[in-house]
Amino acid sequence: MSYQLPPVWTKLQQHAVFPEFNHDERARYNFLANLNRFVSTVIAPGNKTAYDQRVEPAFKKENGRTFKDRFEVGEAMKKDPVYQMWAALRRSTMEMRQQNGRATVLRQASALANKAAAQLKVHNNLQLKDGFAVPPYLTHVDNHLMPGSYHTEYFKGDVANAANYDSGLFVTSGGMLGSLTDGGGRAIAKWVKETYPDFKPKRILDIGCGLGHNMLPIAQAFPEATVIGIDAGAPMLRYGAARANALGIKNVEFIQADAASMNEFADADFDWVQTTMFLHETGGKAIHKIFKEINRVLKPKGLNLHIEQPQYTPEMSMYEQFMRDWDAYYNAEPYWGHMHDLEPIDLMEEAGVSKESFMQVGVKAVNDLDKKKQDGKVKEDYGRSPIWNVFGGWKS
Amino acid sequence: MATELSGSHSSGQLNEAIDASAVNDILMAGDKSKGARPYFFEDPAVERVLNIAMAVATEVAVVRERMDTIERLLESKGVLFQSEIENFVPTDEQAEERQLWHARFAARIMRIVQQEVDAIAKPENNVPMRKIADDINEM
Repeated sequence: MSYQLPPVWTKLQQHAVFPEFNHDERARYNFLANLNRFVSTVIAPGNKTAYDQRVEPAFKKENGRTFKDRFEVGEAMKKDPVYQMWAALRRSTMEMRQQNGRATVLRQASALANKAAAQLKVHNNLQLKDGFAVPPYLTHVDNHLMPGSYHTEYFKGDVANAANYDSGLFVTSGGMLGSLTDGGGRAIAKWVKETYPDFKPKRILDIGCGLGHNMLPIAQAFPEATVIGIDAGAPMLRYGAARANALGIKNVEFIQADAASMNEFADADFDWVQTTMFLHETGGKAIHKIFKEINRVLKPKGLNLHIEQPQYTPEMSMYEQFMRDWDAYYNAEPYWGHMHDLEPIDLMEEAGVSKESFMQVGVKAVNDLDKKKQDGKVKEDYGRSPIWNVFGGWKS
Repeated sequence: MATELSGSHSSGQLNEAIDASAVNDILMAGDKSKGARPYFFEDPAVERVLNIAMAVATEVAVVRERMDTIERLLESKGVLFQSEIENFVPTDEQAEERQLWHARFAARIMRIVQQEVDAIAKPENNVPMRKIADDINEM
């Protein structure tokens, strides 16, 4: 059969703090993964066909020119029935994924909190702060349509939203991030080891670590280093710290901190500062403060890397920019669009990386799934494919 | 190696009682996320119905997977073979009963379409209720 099936949800690795899924909850995710696969590989390409065959020609006929920006493309596409159906289905599957995941973790919220607390009693690698002020760019929106986002605690000790994230990202990503949803972290660890075999970092900072899924592969690849993850969301940190313990990874710490003012850390404290799919969830003013802080905490000659979706460049077609922008507005990642208009090289200068040292490469998720499920020829699913842009450099 | 964290900020809230009794999982599972929801069809009613249909479709898939589990368990316990299900030939009477079930099921699903067709076929039965109320008022 040539149709490529997504991996079954049970390929996701269970660990000691993982939520329990009953038979029907697993089946629900298996169906959703298949529905996502169908929508993204069979229906989504219809958008391009509609654009080429009727949307752009009709616009040209009426205006005597093509689109000047992605917003004009959006206004025209909005009226196309193929786009309307695709967009409605894509939104629907994301809302269902949230509701289904939340139903599972909330029914066992107490048990999950107790499992996390038990892990942290064995080894406390977590630092939360009473009265911590969550940055406004996080409280202003529920990223990825996750009600309550990363920071909401429904009761003391709660980890529900983190458990939902951990168990459901597999569905959204079609399993392409691997059995521990760590394909991004594995990719960057592999790339750094291969590209800089002599680099021996002692202290590594992962900003916006969430539940640490991309930070743990770095800790495993550099066992001599201590990897510190910071995030604003207490449930994510609590669950992430417990999860790291459950997976037996000891050289990590999880600290609640604001990336725009990392008072916890001294100047030149780290050999490597990493962010993975974090910058597009910050804010237009905060991002510059964050780069300034990275400059402060990173040692001279230190490594500074960021994994992101591709920037919007003049070479990228208006259609692609529009499709990539979709998640910004309709998957509630509103800074995504503005962020991808910035020049990474300018951001890196703010972090003390010279233009000469600047680098930008593409990496693909490294996952541990069956070779047949590696998604080698899967169609581009803008913003969801496990292929990213890495930019960064060595600090002067 | 990471050190054990200590000091005033080491809370981790390890010793606080965990009380999740305020969690209403049925309603909170469907919490709305922040920001106005986009509707992609001109008429939001279409999108509303699509979302209900997709949720029902999910549950059909869940029942199908559960049935598959039951069949496989029955096979592993030697109660029946899945091939017996695939090759099952109903008697004429059984087949008729099943056709009846399908017919009723199809009619239930198609009710609104059936009634819309009826409405244009029999306009005398499709008078606005306000008009009927006024008519009755004169009866």
